[in-house]
Amino acid sequence: MEHKYYKQLDETIYTKKLENGLTVCVLPRKEMAKTFGIFTTKYGSIDQHFVPINQQEAVKVPDGVAHFLEHKLFEKEDRDVFHDFSKQGASANAFTSFTKTAYLFSATSNIDENIKTLLDFVQEPYFSDESVEKEKGIIAQEINMYDDQPDWRAFFGTIKNMFEKHPVHIDIAGTVDSINKITKEDLYTCYESFYHPSNMVLFIAGNIEPENILELVQNNQKGKTFEPPQPIERFYPEEPKAVANKKTILNMPVSIPKAFVGIKEADIPKNGEEFIKREWLLDLALDFLFSKSGVIYEEMYEKNLIDQSFSYESYLEENFGFTIISSNTKNPLEFTEVLNNHLVNLDKLSIDENTFKRIKQKKIGQFIRSLNSLELIANQYSHYQMMDLDFFESLATLESLTFDEYKQFIRSWVSEEQLTQLIVEKEA
Amino acid sequence: MKLANEKVIEKNGYKLHLIHTKKFKTVHVNLKFKAPLDRSTVTKRALLPYVLQQGTNNYSSARDLRLALDSLYGAVLQIDASKKGNSHLLNFRLELANSKFIEGNQQLLQAGLALLAEVIYNPKVENNQFSDKVVNREKQTLLDKMDAIKDEKMSYANLRLIDEMCKDEAFSIHAHGYEEDLDEIDGKLLFETLQSLLKDDQLDVYVVGDIEGLDIEKKIGEYLKREKTSPLEIEFAEVKPRKMQEIKEEQKIQQAKLHLGFRTFVSFGDTNYAALQVFNGLFGGFPSSKLFLNVREKHSLAYYAASRIESHVGLLFVFSGIAPEQYDRAKTIILEQVEDMKKGEFTEKELDQTKEMIINQIKETMDNPQGIIELHYQQVIADTEKSPSALLEDINSVSYDDIVSVANQLHLDTIYVLTSEGGSGNGA
Repeated sequence: MEHKYYKQLDETIYTKKLENGLTVCVLPRKEMAKTFGIFTTKYGSIDQHFVPINQQEAVKVPDGVAHFLEHKLFEKEDRDVFHDFSKQGASANAFTSFTKTAYLFSATSNIDENIKTLLDFVQEPYFSDESVEKEKGIIAQEINMYDDQPDWRAFFGTIKNMFEKHPVHIDIAGTVDSINKITKEDLYTCYESFYHPSNMVLFIAGNIEPENILELVQNNQKGKTFEPPQPIERFYPEEPKAVANKKTILNMPVSIPKAFVGIKEADIPKNGEEFIKREWLLDLALDFLFSKSGVIYEEMYEKNLIDQSFSYESYLEENFGFTIISSNTKNPLEFTEVLNNHLVNLDKLSIDENTFKRIKQKKIGQFIRSLNSLELIANQYSHYQMMDLDFFESLATLESLTFDEYKQFIRSWVSEEQLTQLIVEKEA
Repeated sequence: MKLANEKVIEKNGYKLHLIHTKKFKTVHVNLKFKAPLDRSTVTKRALLPYVLQQGTNNYSSARDLRLALDSLYGAVLQIDASKKGNSHLLNFRLELANSKFIEGNQQLLQAGLALLAEVIYNPKVENNQFSDKVVNREKQTLLDKMDAIKDEKMSYANLRLIDEMCKDEAFSIHAHGYEEDLDEIDGKLLFETLQSLLKDDQLDVYVVGDIEGLDIEKKIGEYLKREKTSPLEIEFAEVKPRKMQEIKEEQKIQQAKLHLGFRTFVSFGDTNYAALQVFNGLFGGFPSSKLFLNVREKHSLAYYAASRIESHVGLLFVFSGIAPEQYDRAKTIILEQVEDMKKGEFTEKELDQTKEMIINQIKETMDNPQGIIELHYQQVIADTEKSPSALLEDINSVSYDDIVSVANQLHLDTIYVLTSEGGSGNGA
């Protein structure tokens, strides 16, 4: 098993790629009481058009299959996997994002058993027509719950505004209509293709011995047979640089209106180092503009255009990226106008080097602080691993950023066509 | 086993709690000011955290203050008001990256403490009053916060349940205060509120991190000056069981929130508190609990169904999100689970697993810096000595009979449902 020591962070990661293609990473942290394990497949809501394993023709599956699969893997013919974890003193969970589905547990005892359970339940699916039908009711409830949440609706509405063709515009859970079309066969098709070990990463962090963990995983995998590893051909439509809709209004029963501004990313770097650089530049730019010490935040706050709900977040993936800035606001029109005005005039903004240095320091401190969380490390490390990148080394990329790169990025980041807005108004 | 070593030092006017651990890459300082929940002071106290973050005499705007924090490698300062049991708390949290991960920056802790002291003792005031302009702006922020709770349906339903259930008790007082009480508050009154908080509140200071040899006691002593206090004590009347009430409210929503409030007559520090915790674990605290299994899994009635205990005031709440037309069925099934618990319908094995999950949960909480502080602070709230390690021992020794006995003490007080317009039949 290879290991790598990161001196500045005082962390060591052990890694091995098994014969069947599975990547195993282990981070020992002896002081912690708990161990956290996460088993991730590079398969999310956007992967719905692909050539299934051992087939020639591409297929398209209904919206929401990845999330549906996530639910169904917990249910076996005779039992619910949550129970297995409970019996072993662990708590388990799972999530589906645009690009990944992950299964996770944390426990302070029975670690070996829990790791085996994690591997086995994900690698031994059981789907029946009957259980697929039953699940539709549960997922429909989940979708309805999200539909009642104005922030969630607005978040997805803003994404839909930005992306005309790219499947990131699909609700992760699908719609009540689309999930009703899902069949047992759809689940197996997606499962066989995307849950192949070569498309997955297992990350275990916490109070553990790396060599023991590796042996356990190896033995577990030896008992299972898989097709030989093969690349999965996936299709994503060509997405124009400009947003699909400039503006939408959503009517919902809210007590304060909400305003959302979306920035669609363009020209995402293909090269790994450049990709990480872009992520940091986005992060720094957003901080410079919108954090509580940012140049725009104060103005918006003084003008009473935002409150504590003001927030911003970015997603950058290999084939799409966007930023959403939002707030509850009494004056959504002015909110979007002020923001738009700033964003299209970033090339005229005065940008100084001291500010850049301070923001960089802040980000370094934040990075170090974030490593308190085993969950965060395991999540992030797996995320980067799937793009052949190294999460811990991204700190060095941050430290090496120059003022010129930063200035240039901010000045050329946004053009008018990349902007959209969505307003949630009080229902009359 | 020993989960943590808390060293408590009695200082002039405050208690210093030192918890040394190598688990984290950060140092955490918490100042917790505590006073009895009181309608006449709560709104002013709730407003203080917002106003205090708007600047100090040396950092004269919110932005300047944030810039100062940023340059301390992104130090985090959070101030908020909350309630625990019948107490109202103002919590000042400072989180710093440990200097040993940052080359050449040994003064972070010192500088962080100085800044924290500046915010508390040297806020931006003129002639012993806050600026009315700032106060008015922050009133708006607090008001927005109150409104935002109404939009988050789960928390709104919870708030309303407590309103109705605890009408005549201090516990029903809203931690964020009341809109109608904002009018009378001006810069002068608010400054007086700060002075009385500094003088009269019970103060506990927690420092967590790799802090051995950092001479924390001396460093804190340099910045915290306090006279001996005699904190206000209020005796709360014991609540008697009464006839169950059902409350129904309608809004334009798709998913109904069915929340139930029970009285447990057990609080933190009571000998049967651990039994109540295990009861809650079996009943509704985990995905393997009766509520989740029966309401959600077996009958597909709800997306979520769980229970939670309010440790210091003897309450237990059940939360569920259901389709409006399922109101009667969901209620019946929830109440059946209570009856089953009273009859002791759970196995020794389930009991053991639940204990292990709770122990797991407590140990995991101890892997989180803020979690460590909150677990220890429970003792201050309950005015009793019960370390996290002692909590674990108590959990371990809970018997089957203890749980049945706690279950039979349970008294259903209020059923609250927030449903769609015309939904839930005439169930309430």
